[in-house]
Amino acid sequence: MKNYYQPEIETAPREKILEIQNEKIVKQVRHVWDNVPYYRHLMEEKGVTPDDIQSVDDIKKLPFLSKADLRDTYPYGMLGTDLKDCVRIHSTSGTTGKRVVAFYTQHDIDLWEDCVARAIVAAGGTKDDVVQVCYGYGLFTGGSGLHGGSHKVGCLTLPMSSGNTDRQIQFMMDLEATILCCTPSYAAYIGEALAEQGFKPEDNKLKAGIFGAEPWTEEMRQAIEKSLGIKAYDIYGLTETSGPGVAYECEEQKGMHINEDHFYAEIIDPDTGEVLPEGSVGELVFTSLDKEAFPLLRYRTRDLCVLSRKPCSCGRTHVRMAKPMGRSDDMLIIRGVNVFPSQIETVLLNEGYTPNYQIVLDRERNTDTFDIYVEVSPDQFSDLMSQIQKMEKGLESAMRTMLGIGPKVHLVAPKTITRSEGKAVRVIDKRKLHD
Amino acid sequence: MAITQISLFLMNQPGQLVDAVGALSVGGANLRAMSIAESNDFGILRIIVSDSDQACALLKDKFLISRTAVVAAKMGDRSGALYPILKALNEANINIEYMYAFTGSGADEAYVVLRVNDVETAEAVLNAAGITTLSDDNLKI
Repeated sequence: MKNYYQPEIETAPREKILEIQNEKIVKQVRHVWDNVPYYRHLMEEKGVTPDDIQSVDDIKKLPFLSKADLRDTYPYGMLGTDLKDCVRIHSTSGTTGKRVVAFYTQHDIDLWEDCVARAIVAAGGTKDDVVQVCYGYGLFTGGSGLHGGSHKVGCLTLPMSSGNTDRQIQFMMDLEATILCCTPSYAAYIGEALAEQGFKPEDNKLKAGIFGAEPWTEEMRQAIEKSLGIKAYDIYGLTETSGPGVAYECEEQKGMHINEDHFYAEIIDPDTGEVLPEGSVGELVFTSLDKEAFPLLRYRTRDLCVLSRKPCSCGRTHVRMAKPMGRSDDMLIIRGVNVFPSQIETVLLNEGYTPNYQIVLDRERNTDTFDIYVEVSPDQFSDLMSQIQKMEKGLESAMRTMLGIGPKVHLVAPKTITRSEGKAVRVIDKRKLHD
Repeated sequence: MAITQISLFLMNQPGQLVDAVGALSVGGANLRAMSIAESNDFGILRIIVSDSDQACALLKDKFLISRTAVVAAKMGDRSGALYPILKALNEANINIEYMYAFTGSGADEAYVVLRVNDVETAEAVLNAAGITTLSDDNLKI
């Protein structure tokens, strides 16, 4: 028996999915035109009317939306319904600038929670499971999203929220949690904390983890799976489109199935805006198909990835997106070279270090300085200065090979790099302060 | 034989040394000897204590530590006392990574702590040359 939450949709023939999408996009565009003057104006500027949009093939005629549009229209400018019909808001963390506030009607919440429920069931969840949600609750979509999806599946839900690791571990062990939901960096942290308390991976009852809200690598997945004794599933989403659950991994762990009956995905050239053919790397763009309160047409995510419609052995027919290679916002340009923090994480894990690091960029005499602080783990510590300096040099050389640019590596004591229990602060860019 | 040295990885910042010594101060372990190697970012504090198990228990939750076997060779507290020790090790082609010394409770009693690549051979060479080396039990005073 395969793990599906809504099998008739999740495994629908491609023609059926297209039919659903075509029917929904016509209504969605009309809904936006009638209710969101800001977007209507953008359409008028491009000379597009709702009559021009008859199927998803016509989506490419529509103007793009970016995060800047959402900031400019804060708070109510993108609202597609009367405020009295809305039942909730969520908001982005605001780490990259002004916050974005998204609104939800009960219909929007239901479709979002259905998407998350599909992800939980795909990870093996049933009503017999105990789901420990340690994403933050509140404005962040992580906590409520997984919480709502877990309810839909009928799992016993532990609404832990983030932080207080000792209490997380106590509930995990005492209430025999079987599915852990949090950011991958917090999952790694819980794994370390369990080991420190003397627990082995087989001592917990966890079978799966659903981790998202920040970029993570395949190497980090393997490390988490080993330390917790679980299978780790990726989940993708963003507040602007609803929250986690826009796409999720099945047991194949080869890309995340996008919930195409609610979200239409395109890959575009980030510079020209041109739609790229399947298999090309480009910026992921989402169009909501049936949202009421916060409908976004052609929203540019800044995430760089690849889509694949190759059939998946899990039986799901929905398109898969590869793990984003990085956000175009995350990409650092150091001395003219493009660097993604995920590349640094890959080197650290390959060289046997923990992925606890921080990048510090500064500018001295008009040249970028590039420092990486890395925590030493107990089994690597030596009493010999020469040995530690050799480790630093070794890491510097591995980084240079991977990045094409040489950082200065500094080894630091464990737990000296600020640990977030939500999203990790990986980059401190002091160069911006001088400009 | 040999004795246990505890090494602590500390950041090269105010407050680190005092915290380490503070953590040790509650347990009654006597600090017999210490040395620091420093770089720009961090330092390695190496200590010899009267009870290394107790000291490790006090330190391990707060600091990154490692235990290393080192040789403590007895010598007189006077000019020229160190030379025969290093000469014997040199003749056996033993490399010394680093060393430091402390005085004993007797009037003419000092010890040199030697971090060498081959502890067993080093001790055998020194003992054969009539030089006394300490074990952890000798430190418990």
